[in-house]
Amino acid sequence: MSSKTEKNGDTKSPFAIALKAINKQFGPVRANQDIDLNVRAGTVHGIIGENGAGKSTLVSILYGFYTADSGTISVNGTPLNIKGSADAIAHGIGMVHQHFMLVPIFTVLENIILGHEGQKGLQAGMEDGRAELERLSNQYGLDVPLDAVVSELPVGIQQRVEILKALYRGAKILILDEPTGVLTPQETDQLFEILKTLRQQGVTILLITHKLREIMAITDYVSVMRGGKMVAHLDTGDTDPTKLAELMVGRPVLLEADYPDANIKDVQLDVKHLSYQDSAGAPVISDISFALHAGEILGIAGVSGNGQSELLEILAGILQPTDGDIHIAGKHITAEQPLGPAEVKALGVAHVPEDRHAVGMVLPFSAAETSVLGYETNEALGDSWFFSPSRLKTHCAKLMQAFDVRPANPSLKSSQFSGGNQQKIVLAREISSDPKILLVGQPTRGVDIGAIEFIHKELIALRDRGCAILLVSVELDEILSLSDRIMVMNNGQHMGVVSRDEADPQKLGLLMAGITDGAAAS
Amino acid sequence: MTQNQLPRWVDIGLLPLINILAAFIVAGIIIALVGENPFEALAVMVKGAFVYKGSLGYTLYYTTNFIFTGLAVAVAFHAMLFNIGGEGQAAMGGLGVGLIALWLGPILHPLFVVILAIAAAAAFGAIWGAIPGYLQAKRGSHIVITTIMFNFIAASILVWLLAGMLIAPGQMSPETSRFEEGVSLMKIHELANYFGWKMARSPLNLSFVIALLSCLGVWVLIWRTRLGYVIRATGFSPKASIYAGHQPARIIILAMAISGALAGMMALNEVLGVHERVILNFTAGYGFTGIAVALMGRNHPVGIIFASLLFGALYQGGAELDFEFQTITREMVLMIQGLIILFSGALAYMFTPWLARFFVRAEGQNG
Repeated sequence: MSSKTEKNGDTKSPFAIALKAINKQFGPVRANQDIDLNVRAGTVHGIIGENGAGKSTLVSILYGFYTADSGTISVNGTPLNIKGSADAIAHGIGMVHQHFMLVPIFTVLENIILGHEGQKGLQAGMEDGRAELERLSNQYGLDVPLDAVVSELPVGIQQRVEILKALYRGAKILILDEPTGVLTPQETDQLFEILKTLRQQGVTILLITHKLREIMAITDYVSVMRGGKMVAHLDTGDTDPTKLAELMVGRPVLLEADYPDANIKDVQLDVKHLSYQDSAGAPVISDISFALHAGEILGIAGVSGNGQSELLEILAGILQPTDGDIHIAGKHITAEQPLGPAEVKALGVAHVPEDRHAVGMVLPFSAAETSVLGYETNEALGDSWFFSPSRLKTHCAKLMQAFDVRPANPSLKSSQFSGGNQQKIVLAREISSDPKILLVGQPTRGVDIGAIEFIHKELIALRDRGCAILLVSVELDEILSLSDRIMVMNNGQHMGVVSRDEADPQKLGLLMAGITDGAAAS
Repeated sequence: MTQNQLPRWVDIGLLPLINILAAFIVAGIIIALVGENPFEALAVMVKGAFVYKGSLGYTLYYTTNFIFTGLAVAVAFHAMLFNIGGEGQAAMGGLGVGLIALWLGPILHPLFVVILAIAAAAAFGAIWGAIPGYLQAKRGSHIVITTIMFNFIAASILVWLLAGMLIAPGQMSPETSRFEEGVSLMKIHELANYFGWKMARSPLNLSFVIALLSCLGVWVLIWRTRLGYVIRATGFSPKASIYAGHQPARIIILAMAISGALAGMMALNEVLGVHERVILNFTAGYGFTGIAVALMGRNHPVGIIFASLLFGALYQGGAELDFEFQTITREMVLMIQGLIILFSGALAYMFTPWLARFFVRAEGQNG
């Protein structure tokens, strides 16, 4: 990608966005400290940083969700006082949120003109809107079916609707918050093509992400945030992923580890013709079969929302299958004879849930209390009825030491730990139960790079001790670097299993999009 | 802005004090408006609650009721259940006491009858709490609605029985006959006099001690047992609780049973301690005020003891106010109580943002 030649930022005119000495404090937390940021008009400017670095706060201030405690915001050289998102829109700032803000049962057209229907009556407003949108679609090369119902569109197209919505409201500056989290690799490429067209048409783009690859692929400039501060402003062409990662974390990190091959043993978990329908009767998982062996990591790849989460919850006993057979440790589980979470756990199955905030831990609990969630009947913690707080703390302190949790304070509330440390607590709890099977969902979501490295090593070590690990992740890099075999899911269906040696992002991306035919790959 | 940002002592100590102060200031303004001196009124109230002969006993007698109903609300709240049914559970507890006392009173030794009556108060209250718990857990009927309806059902059952089957023969008021001699909880002043300790007469009885023991029991239950752990986990995060292999339905029913049992034991004070018979409407709104008590006491037994003491003092001192001043009527005293409930209940977190800003600024200057 030759971003240098395509770079067309105008250096003479005032900056599209100029932030000066922005400060924002939440209670004792200084989310933004003296942030300066200059974004040249007509460029793609990336902001990269780990979760909790203050990226979202900064963007929220720019878009008017928060008001800065101090500092100035200038747009195209004019100092502004942005009090709400309406002010931001009025000054040509548009935002595409990580979670789309669309009405699922409305058509694309209805969604886009929502709130801008005009004064002449709905029908006339719709006609005006259609004409304007067709013009915008042509200008920016955003191909969107205006009369399709949003809920029936793929995620990638829904995102285009969001972009079009911002442009329709007159946005000349577009903020994208983690836009690729829900996309397949192919959809990501398509999004980047759109962003390039937008840039050619003079739109300024501010891209918020934690993915180094995206910064390198699309941006002209990049600003790095760490711990609420801006630590560097760089020309993307002058930097590389290793350097950026080091700036984000504050120390050198190993970006890609090469783990030894697995020593695969006997089958621990056997799933045959598993199906699941949600409460409305819609099929979520359709006829899935696979086997999981001791000593291997089976990765499940797929775009978020294609049945992987439900598969994990069914295996953990939280959801009950509607059809099919599951064999765990000689126990036969069917729709007629389901097992609950406690019984599945008793078979030696540990589960690191996808949503650690709502499911994996109880946020108001102390770390010590969270560190026994699901294992509170453990006899080491006290006699049959009573807990011994001191034993609880000793138990937690041991886990914290083994998993390098910081701060190593068992009395601190679970919510007061960073994402990475919370995940380490959950992982430590589940791994310490010495499971035969470990179900892991999104082990590194919202986790800082340093902790990712640690968590991956722990998972490999557990695999090498003979545990069978089922890994669900939307991070393709994570699946590729950890899994011994990779199963791809699309729309609740099993798209095929690829071995580690054969897997590459392109191949998996096609399967994730539901394309199995080899001919379609060319 | 949430209260989490405040230092703990501010959240559980200073904030409730400020709320009460605000209520007293508003009440003082109103007293001044009707032409009385608010400071004099306050002095009368404090003397009426703590200083006059026997007044402390009365204050603690009221306090006992509030401790039971406050604990009941608190236990349910730890499972994120809003038990509005303290009134009905207390009424049913009273019925349990009455049935045991009237049935076994003539047969068994009074000591056994009292012990069984205490168990009956808890059991009847527990059942009256567990049914709405069951309906919530298994049928999805909202606990707030069902507990309110169960208050009405309990009240109707008591009217039906007290005006019918259980009415004391030869008179018209809806109440049972008096229990057998000795089927009661001993008065504290009698106990004191027995040990040669002079104490003025008051209705304060041994149920106060049971209330304090219940506080200890609730503390142990919630923070020191596995059951309490599971109750809190279910309350904070039902999803996490299911994930951990708990059975939220069972926990909801159990928490409501415990809550109902505590509310039911309020009847020990009124029925077994004071009236020694079941009279209509002996619950007198204590079940509802328990909600304010729990809210003010932050659902912690220690907080509930202090909040109950405040409400006890308001009840007793308020009566004195009504007595001393021509222009201050009973309704006015109710209004002061209402203001306290308003400021420490409904508006409990009104001053939080203000305090938070103050402490953040103070911290900024120190750091």
